[in-house]
Amino acid sequence: MMVQKTKQVEALTSNYAAAYAVKAVDVDVIAVYPITPQTTIIEKLSEFIANGELNAEIIHVESEHSALSAVVGASATGARVFTATSSQGLEFAHEVLHIASGFRLPIVMAVPGRALSAPISIHGDYSDVMNARDTGWVIYIAATAQEVYDTVIQAYKLAESVLLPVMVAYDGFLMSHTMEPVELNDEEEVRSFVPRAARPYTLNPRRPVTMGPLASPDWYYELKYQQVLALREAYKAAAEVDAQYGRRFGRRYGLVEGYRMEDADYAIVVYGGAAYGNAREAADRAREAGIAAGVVRVRLYRPFPTEEVLKALEGVKAFAVVDRAIMFGSPAEGPLYKDIATAMYIHGVDKPALNVIHGIGQRPIYVEDMYKIYAALRENPRRGVVFMGVRI
Amino acid sequence: MTLPKATELPIGAVIPEPGSTRRNTTAGWRTLRPVINDERCVRCQLCWLYCPEGTIVEKKGVFKVGGRTYDVRYEINYDYCKGCGICANECPTKAIEMVPETP
Ligand code: SF4
Ligand code: SF4
Repeated sequence: MMVQKTKQVEALTSNYAAAYAVKAVDVDVIAVYPITPQTTIIEKLSEFIANGELNAEIIHVESEHSALSAVVGASATGARVFTATSSQGLEFAHEVLHIASGFRLPIVMAVPGRALSAPISIHGDYSDVMNARDTGWVIYIAATAQEVYDTVIQAYKLAESVLLPVMVAYDGFLMSHTMEPVELNDEEEVRSFVPRAARPYTLNPRRPVTMGPLASPDWYYELKYQQVLALREAYKAAAEVDAQYGRRFGRRYGLVEGYRMEDADYAIVVYGGAAYGNAREAADRAREAGIAAGVVRVRLYRPFPTEEVLKALEGVKAFAVVDRAIMFGSPAEGPLYKDIATAMYIHGVDKPALNVIHGIGQRPIYVEDMYKIYAALRENPRRGVVFMGVRI
Repeated sequence: MTLPKATELPIGAVIPEPGSTRRNTTAGWRTLRPVINDERCVRCQLCWLYCPEGTIVEKKGVFKVGGRTYDVRYEINYDYCKGCGICANECPTKAIEMVPETP
């Protein structure tokens, strides 16, 4: 007789969703340092361990630099590891980000994005995540608690197949501390989906290897180029993992998501939850007002899904990219905008694209703001940067 | 010597076997190489003394150079010489010339 498994749905914050996914994949070692808005992930994981629901070693460290260093060490021995951080914590661990990717360790880290100091802001934006974009990590940016749960599971499969560390980012507070219904997978199923794969090299006294040697000019460039190749491979692998996950658990997202893009003339390109939700609502309103509006959400941020983004924007007359981070002194201050502009330039695509910086330090992004962007795109398709919602 | 390509190196810059430093050469970043002119060398030992890498080798033997006979000769181990030029700078008889490396 077939045993009918009932679906388990829980009301979870995105932080808790991340913790549930970490429990489902059965990690061995967790090291984290409390920092807002990440802290509740580790609270939940500690609870799981205390209740005997998760058999993992939790390392109490004295900083985020140590947290990432500890999981680097643990991962080097072949353990499945997890860590999480935000904002200054991610900055403090920045040095180790490069070490983790250089060592090609399949570390998974959750990052509810938060604004950077100074001045201190505990509120959400993506300045921290964007500062980590060139560190050789795979970076996902999820838009719902459900997606956070699904993506953390996918992240382990991807990380362990291409041997790269993976970051799963989402909106600080707007997602990390707000609840949504999340459908949880059967844990046995998850573990069979993400089996522990043998790694080519681990620290093992019976088979000694050296990790972290010095590389003279004869060697360093080749090893860095290896990472370039690994990220290119990760681009294909990420799509494959998403497809496999969809077949097994019934939910998939693609690397880039589109909303009402089939016949859209004007598009807003976003990342993260709040921006995507509001942009979709604004697109619906714009459609009612006769503007053929659509939304494109970039889910995989590194490696950058150039093909998918170009394809999504193929039919539009003009578009705007809403960035929730500032790259000071850049030709255009938004990081996603810069990536898309580069992708278009390389592929000989030329169309008006506006960069809208918004939601910095959790400045509210209203549906009305997004609607105004659509209206502006139709009236006056142009290039350049707009700082929306700031008093100037 | 041809070095392995990017795709041939172990993943993650791992050195997969212990003790490999015994046969690793460490002179890959040298752009100039010191060449000793044995005719001009007066065996003062200063280059040997000053070389920060210890890559100048003192060879014992009977060496006839011009009209003289020496019981020692200085040679450079190019597997480890970094090309810093200190030896050439210190040599009192300007017996050491720094010559460009060709790739
Ligand atoms: S160039 Fe420098 S390393 Fe080479 S032999 Fe002279 S002193 Fe030693
Ligand atoms: S310093 Fe010059 S002269 Fe003295 S031993 Fe070396 S090469 Fe010969």
